[in-house]
Amino acid sequence: MKMQYDIVIVGAGLAGMRAAIAAAEKSKKLSIAILAKTYPIRCHSVCAEGGTAAVLREDDDYDLHAWDTIKGSDFLADQDAVEFFVRNAPKEILRLDNWGCPWSRREDGRIAQRAFGGHSVNRTVFAADRTGFHEVHTLYERLLIYDNVDIFSEYFLTNLIVEDGSIKGVATIELKSGDLVIFETKATVLATGGAGRLYGFTTYSHQVTGDGMAVAYRCGVPLKDMEFFQFHPTGLVPSGILMTEACRGEGGYLRNKFGERFMEKYAPEKMELAPRDVVSRAMWREIIEGRGIDSEFGSYIALDLTHLGEDKINERLPMIRDAAIKFAGVDPVDEPIPVRPVAHYTMGGIHSNKNCETQIAGLYVAGECACVSIHGANRLGSNSTIECLVFGKVAGEMAAEYALNSSGSHVPKDFILNEESRIFDHLLGRNGDENPYSLKKELNETMDKKLWIFRDRDGLSEAVGKIRELKERYSNVEINDKSKGFNTDLTSTLEIGYMLDLAEVVATAALYREESRGAHYRIDFPKRDDVNWLKHSLAYYTPEGPVFKYIPVTITKWKPTERKY
Amino acid sequence: MVEFRIRRFNGDETYWESFEVPTRRGMTVLEGLYYIKENIDSSLTFRASCRMGICGSCAVKINGRPKLACETQIASVGNKIILEPLDNFTVLKDLVTEFEGFFAKHKAVKPYLIRSDVSYEEPKELIQTPSELRNYYIFTLCIKCGACYSVCPAAATRDDCLGPAAMMAAYRFCADSRDRGEDARISIASKDLAVWRCHLAMECSEVCPKKAEPAKAIQLLRRKTAVNAIKSILRW
Repeated sequence: MKMQYDIVIVGAGLAGMRAAIAAAEKSKKLSIAILAKTYPIRCHSVCAEGGTAAVLREDDDYDLHAWDTIKGSDFLADQDAVEFFVRNAPKEILRLDNWGCPWSRREDGRIAQRAFGGHSVNRTVFAADRTGFHEVHTLYERLLIYDNVDIFSEYFLTNLIVEDGSIKGVATIELKSGDLVIFETKATVLATGGAGRLYGFTTYSHQVTGDGMAVAYRCGVPLKDMEFFQFHPTGLVPSGILMTEACRGEGGYLRNKFGERFMEKYAPEKMELAPRDVVSRAMWREIIEGRGIDSEFGSYIALDLTHLGEDKINERLPMIRDAAIKFAGVDPVDEPIPVRPVAHYTMGGIHSNKNCETQIAGLYVAGECACVSIHGANRLGSNSTIECLVFGKVAGEMAAEYALNSSGSHVPKDFILNEESRIFDHLLGRNGDENPYSLKKELNETMDKKLWIFRDRDGLSEAVGKIRELKERYSNVEINDKSKGFNTDLTSTLEIGYMLDLAEVVATAALYREESRGAHYRIDFPKRDDVNWLKHSLAYYTPEGPVFKYIPVTITKWKPTERKY
Repeated sequence: MVEFRIRRFNGDETYWESFEVPTRRGMTVLEGLYYIKENIDSSLTFRASCRMGICGSCAVKINGRPKLACETQIASVGNKIILEPLDNFTVLKDLVTEFEGFFAKHKAVKPYLIRSDVSYEEPKELIQTPSELRNYYIFTLCIKCGACYSVCPAAATRDDCLGPAAMMAAYRFCADSRDRGEDARISIASKDLAVWRCHLAMECSEVCPKKAEPAKAIQLLRRKTAVNAIKSILRW
């Protein structure tokens, strides 16, 4: 089946929905489709908890937000992009306010802000500890007013159609019917999120499998800085559910088995509110040196909120309390929460610039699937949701502009037949003896072990070898469910294929980068090396594996210095 | 080992199937479903994503009551887990049901802030005190999981009635001090298949996994509709 839209937005989380609104605001004449793998309000953005950073008050300014972000990035962020980003953040907060977001308030009725790691002032706007949830619902509800936007829920991305260097269409599986549905389009925005399910111990939703990244990569668009994966300090043990940084922003402590606030050894000034890479490394060191607290689910660190009192916890961290009780059997009012660093954010992504452009004309990217780059080697907490809003808007406007100035697209019949044959004949119809879920499990174990917080050459080489073996075995998987409608066995298997390609890029990029910067820490190269490595990695797809190029970082006015907290 | 007994549907027929699932302390019903899909029968079909009770994907009937599979511990249910798709929704496959109609009802109540004095290009900060926020905040917690709709007696007899989640969304915006769109929503809520169709069973609030109190919202919306009706008779 074929459909035609001026603009197709793939991904209906914060970035995708913001892009759809921006495009619809640009012109009522444009026909816009937004595709969700689940339903828009079931996207992973709803899991963002702590808040959204923006300069709102007189105690703060753009240069300070930019500096905090750049220092946090360990100087790998492109500074022109960061400057653009911080200047466009405040209006996004106000737009959401005007659209109904229930921001938490100060007594005088103005929007409240809280402390967050790596930020010099209280800059994080929030809606209790359900910030992403409220932002998503606000955007979704706002989206409903635009008559020229059609929402397609439960459409699974399988491919992009690119001809002569420009985008022609998007290939999807409509889950309900199981049919291949082709969207012919003038412009496309990918806003498909990160790749966190590469890891086993992760804060990510099950559906976050890097589909857009992998599809773009296979179409020849390079992936940038994929070696940089963020480990959030506080994942609930054993599930990995996120315990927001706001727990520490509101005054929570981290303690080892002796009850010590060990952060005083690692970041004496910022303590628990040092950036995430610093805190996660400190916690992991405590654990491997035997100062974690033992449990049947492995060693953990105590996140202590007991001194905050029940009233503050109920007002500022209600969901955290609920989740700790439901998923760990611990009431944070009475006892510390068991936590461990957890895979949380993909700093890398589809190579783009601050206009959200890619190397394919008419293809734009925004949100976690993109790498602009504003986060460099380590993202600051509460900079991701605002990135989705700021760059979602840019991507939507750029796509609208492009679509208004281009003629219609036509997807050739051959492409459709080939895509159907690739998915339904070759993958679904194939016999084999590999269970795709076993491959995923082995991938998760490899990532959790070899591509974790501390890395070294031997481990990374082993990981690359293992991932290549898994890719080999993937060509022999068999999908047992041969039915058509709602075949999640088929879509899960496609996801696992995406994840294997992305894991190969992450592991190879990490092996090549022989320095320690931000979240990428090499035991064998423990220092940052600006002479050789102050540069972005770009991974290009080849059937034999990724090939790398490197491009310079844009430095405007902040020279790299030693990073201390 | 725990028995998962699941009501399945393959597009043609409905049947029951049992699976033996090894458990560990703290294991959830959703983890059990994934265990079955990844190790025993990969055709088993269910929705899930966040696994932390916030995305609303995984509401199913667990031993007769609608719950989120992700936040229900196997140990809290017992040695036999009986799973069925939600009532009052059309089943598509196994535990997956049709949600398009549910979302269309939500859209019908104009669930967004309505006011004419704000601009897209130049947004301004609207003032709302913490107590004004508290007036409606609990009603913003709906995750659209469908649990309330699945137990609503009005929805059981008429599939075109609005149902609890949509009516709570309508009230949530009417009660927001920033909103100016109450009249439009009241006229929708006054119609035959809206607030006056509610049976006052209160089951919606009983099963809401986020304790968002849809039943209370419907009562408050009724009061608004009634006051509005009296006003219009008296031509205030």
